[in-house]
Amino acid sequence: MTHLGYLLSGWGIALGVLAIYALRLVRRGRRLSARVPPAHRRWMQSPGTSGD
Amino acid sequence: MDILATESRITTGSRGTRLLGLAALAGVLALLVFAFVLTDPDVRTHPTSGEEFGQFDAVRLLYLHVPMAILTYAAYALCAAASAGYLLRRTPWWDVTAHAAAEVGTLVCALVLVTGSIWGRPVWNTWWEWGDVRLMTTLLLFLLFLGYLALRRAAVDPESAARPAAVVALVAVLDIPLVNRSVEWWENRTLHQKSTLAELKIEDLTLFTLVLGIVVFGLVVTWLLLHRFRVGWLERAEVTHGIDRAIAERRGVASTTGVDSTVGQTREES
Repeated sequence: MTHLGYLLSGWGIALGVLAIYALRLVRRGRRLSARVPPAHRRWMQSPGTSGD
Repeated sequence: MDILATESRITTGSRGTRLLGLAALAGVLALLVFAFVLTDPDVRTHPTSGEEFGQFDAVRLLYLHVPMAILTYAAYALCAAASAGYLLRRTPWWDVTAHAAAEVGTLVCALVLVTGSIWGRPVWNTWWEWGDVRLMTTLLLFLLFLGYLALRRAAVDPESAARPAAVVALVAVLDIPLVNRSVEWWENRTLHQKSTLAELKIEDLTLFTLVLGIVVFGLVVTWLLLHRFRVGWLERAEVTHGIDRAIAERRGVASTTGVDSTVGQTREES
């Protein structure tokens, strides 16, 4: 395979950055969710229940 | 353990986003197989000299770079639409949506610039070309939304930054047509070729893999947008309602009144 270094760099950086950002979002979400009552987490409520 | 369950966890995830995340992960794996194993390198033969030319395996960056560029447009268009919605309705939902789309869009736009530079080195023999109109308009787009994010970050109160940020987003998004049409309007001032998809210069498995890339990265970006929206929503809730102080007060009272220290729950409903 030609240009292997470029391919690995391009795909590796893109997927790596997206994965790191996703993990950071999940961590931020967990930290904030622990501080905020469930009433403010509308996505936690089952269909039919009222929002906040 | 049901990995799709939400009630037992305190996260920004939901059953829907977990399904979406699993689909995105499976899609990325499938895309890697298509991009690196099933598709052929770009090798053409010169009709007279018989010499081989083309992008060879560097063309496999097509399945990454082009979907990212399209999703940058989509994220910024969403940001502009939500900003317009905010200016009309003045509700936090629109503002948080615009902020989430701007942040995810800027991340993807940065990846477009980086992967484009990496792709350009073997194909054009240069990492960057200052005279290339598409590169410069894309860089301008990135910098404009970087300014948007800086404006949001500089504000102590998210409400105070919402209106000026919405105006910035509506101005910045005007650069998208310039980025997209630059290869047509200034075709002598860019190394980029005209739209591969619009003119259908590729076909069969190459075209399928490119479309697959758009769909898969679309799932990834949608997942990121949903979680970023929820994080933004929680940040707003925390600021607006003084959650930190409430938790501290509740914990302080818990030992004397019998109130459960768990956030948002009491032993007796008041």
